[in-house]
Amino acid sequence: MSSTHDETALETTPEGSGHSLNAHTDALLPDPGIPAHQWRPTDVDRKAEKRAERQVSTLFGLSAICTVLFVVSYFAIDAGIDGDIVLGLGASNLALGLCLSGALLFIGIGIIQWARKLMSDVEISEARHPAASSETDREQTLAALKAGLEESGIGRRPLLRNSLIGSVALLAAPAVVLFRDLGPLPSEVVDPEHGGGLEHTVWKAGVRVVRDVVGTPIRPSDIEIGDLFNAEPEVLFANEERGLPGLHGVDLQVAKSKAAVVLLRMDEDDYIPAEGREDWAVEGIVCYSKICTHVGCPISLNERTTHHLLCPCHQSTFDLADSGKVVFGPAGRHLPQLPLAVDDEGYLVAQSDFTEPVGPSYWERDMVDVEDQNVGDLG
Amino acid sequence: MRFLNRSAASLSRYRRGPLAGLVLLLLGLVVSGGLYATFSPASQATQAQTDAEMVQEGRKLFLTGCSFCHGTNAEGLTTVNGQMVGPSLVGVGAAAVDFQMETGRMPMALPGAQAPSKPTAYSGHEIDAIAAYIASLAPGPAIPSEKDYSIEGLSEEEQEAAIVRGGQIFLTNCTACHNFSGKGGAMPRGGYAPSIINTDPKHIYEAMLTGPQSMDVFSNGNLSPEEKRDVIAYVGSLRDQPGYGGFSMGALGPVAEGMFAWVGGIGILVGFAIWIAAHTTRSTKKKGQEA
Repeated sequence: MSSTHDETALETTPEGSGHSLNAHTDALLPDPGIPAHQWRPTDVDRKAEKRAERQVSTLFGLSAICTVLFVVSYFAIDAGIDGDIVLGLGASNLALGLCLSGALLFIGIGIIQWARKLMSDVEISEARHPAASSETDREQTLAALKAGLEESGIGRRPLLRNSLIGSVALLAAPAVVLFRDLGPLPSEVVDPEHGGGLEHTVWKAGVRVVRDVVGTPIRPSDIEIGDLFNAEPEVLFANEERGLPGLHGVDLQVAKSKAAVVLLRMDEDDYIPAEGREDWAVEGIVCYSKICTHVGCPISLNERTTHHLLCPCHQSTFDLADSGKVVFGPAGRHLPQLPLAVDDEGYLVAQSDFTEPVGPSYWERDMVDVEDQNVGDLG
Repeated sequence: MRFLNRSAASLSRYRRGPLAGLVLLLLGLVVSGGLYATFSPASQATQAQTDAEMVQEGRKLFLTGCSFCHGTNAEGLTTVNGQMVGPSLVGVGAAAVDFQMETGRMPMALPGAQAPSKPTAYSGHEIDAIAAYIASLAPGPAIPSEKDYSIEGLSEEEQEAAIVRGGQIFLTNCTACHNFSGKGGAMPRGGYAPSIINTDPKHIYEAMLTGPQSMDVFSNGNLSPEEKRDVIAYVGSLRDQPGYGGFSMGALGPVAEGMFAWVGGIGILVGFAIWIAAHTTRSTKKKGQEA
C-alpha cells in the first residue's frame, strides 16, 4: 500500500477503529446491509398458507396410499415364474417398485414443499469468529493432560510403559494368523497331485478333453474347421466306465475355474506353432485356457475368420493361431496352451497339465513366456 | 395400307398424352405375361422340377446375382492385393445359402465390416434353386427340416428338460457373443453379434451348422442335433419370457443401464436440486397487511 493511500485512509477513519484497511472503500461504497425481507405469498396471505398446507398434507397422504398399495400388491399379485404380467413385465415387481418409490418420493417432495412454502425463510447473517479455542482453554487442557501423565507415572515407570507397548503390538498377531489362513499363498502348491494351488490344474497326461455341460469325449473327426468347443477335463464329470467319481461342490468350482478350455480347429496352414510346441496340436486342433491372463474372466468370444479370441471384460485379444499371443488389450501374457494328443480309443487327451499357471499374473509367478511374444503388440 | 397409316397417325396424336405411358406399360405387362404363360414349361407350374433342373436354374441365378463376388464357379474372388471380395462357396452347403439369403444378408448391399440382415430379394423357390446349385458343388450341411429344431412332438416334461439343458449349453457356448439375454453385442472392428431373440428357429439352426461371417461353427460333432434343438428351445423361452425384473433397457448390460442411470437418474436428481434451491414466489405485501 502506498503512502498516499495511507494518508487518505487516516483522514477518513477515526484512530484505532481496526478497519483502516477497508475504510477507504467503505466510505466510497457503504455496506448496504441486508435488504428488507420480501415475504412469500404464504407468509402474508392466509389463503395461500392454507393452500400450501393442504398441498403438503396431500403429498403425505399420497405417500400413505402408496404404502398401503405396496402391502396390498405384495399379497394380491402373484409373483414368481408363473406370476401375473403387465405390459410384458412382472406385475408384482412393477407394482412393488412403483408403490415403494412413490411412498418415499411423496414424503420427500412433501418435506421440500413444506420447507419452501411454510417454514421460516428469514435471512440470517452470522458473523465469523476465529475457529481456535481461547488461550485460557488451551492452557487449561494442556495442564490437565500433563497432570494426568504425571499422575500415571508413565515417564517414571519404563517397565509398565514398555510392557504395554509390547502387548498392544502383539495384538496384530491374531489378525495376521486369521487373514493368512484365508487361502494358500500363491507360491504354495497345495496338493499338486490333484491340481491344487495356482500353478496346477486338474489336467494331466491322458485326461480326456470333454464337451462342457454334457461331458462327452471328443474325437478329432467330430471337429470341423471353424468349430469352437467349450471343453473341460473329464474328471469334472462322474463316469463309471472310466472309474471317475466326478467332482462336486467347492472342489468342482475350483477345478472348473482353472481348467476350462476352448478347443478349435483351424486350417493347418493358418497355425504357427511356437518353438517346442510343434506337436501340441492334432490335425489343426488347438486347445487353450479359457481364463483371461488379465484378470481371469472366462473368454470364448472367438472370431472364426481371424482366430482372435476376445475377452469381453477388457477387450484383451489373443491370436489362437499364434500360441495365444496378445494382439490387443491390457493382458500382459499369452494364453496358456494345453498340449493335445489322441488316446488308444481315438479321443482327444491332454499330453500334460498346462506348462505355466493359468489366469492372471501374481507376484511370485515365473516370467516364462513364449519366445517371440512381441512386446510392441501389447497395445 | 392407307388404313394402317391413318390409324398410326391417329395413335401418334395421343402418344404424348398423359396416360400414354401407363397404357404402354400395361400393354407390355399383358403381352409378356401372356407369352410367359404360353411358353413356360408346364413342369414348373406343378413344382415337379427335377434336381438337375433346379441346379441348372440355380446356376443361372447364381451367375446373375452372386458370381460378381463369389466367382463364376463359386470358387471365391480376391483382388490383386489379396483382399477377399467374396469367399469360396464350395462345400458351404445348402444350409449356408438358405441362411444367408433368407435373412437377406446375401446378396450384400455394400462391402463392410458385416452384412446386415435385411428384407430378402429372392423368392423361396429361387433360394432353393441356388441352394441346390451350391450343394451340388461339394457336400455340405443340408437345410434342416422342422422336426430338427422343434420340440413340439415332446411331452411337457421333456420340453422343460430340453429348455433347461439348452439353457446350460447356451450359457456355455453362446453368451460370450450373443449376451445372456440373446440380444447380441459388439465385436471387434465394427462387427457385432446380432440379436437372436426374434430369429427364425431354422435360421438359428443353420447359423450353428455353418458359422456365418465371424461366428464359430457348431457342427453336429460339436453340438449334437438334439443339443441344437434344445438351444433353440431355450432361445424361444427367452423370447416368451416377460421382464420379471422390470424394464430391460435393451438388455445390453452395464453400458445401457449405466447410461440410463447417468442421464436419467442423475438428471432427475439435478432437477430436484434445482427445484429445492430455486427462488420461491415473493409477494410485495408486508406481513400483517392482510389482503
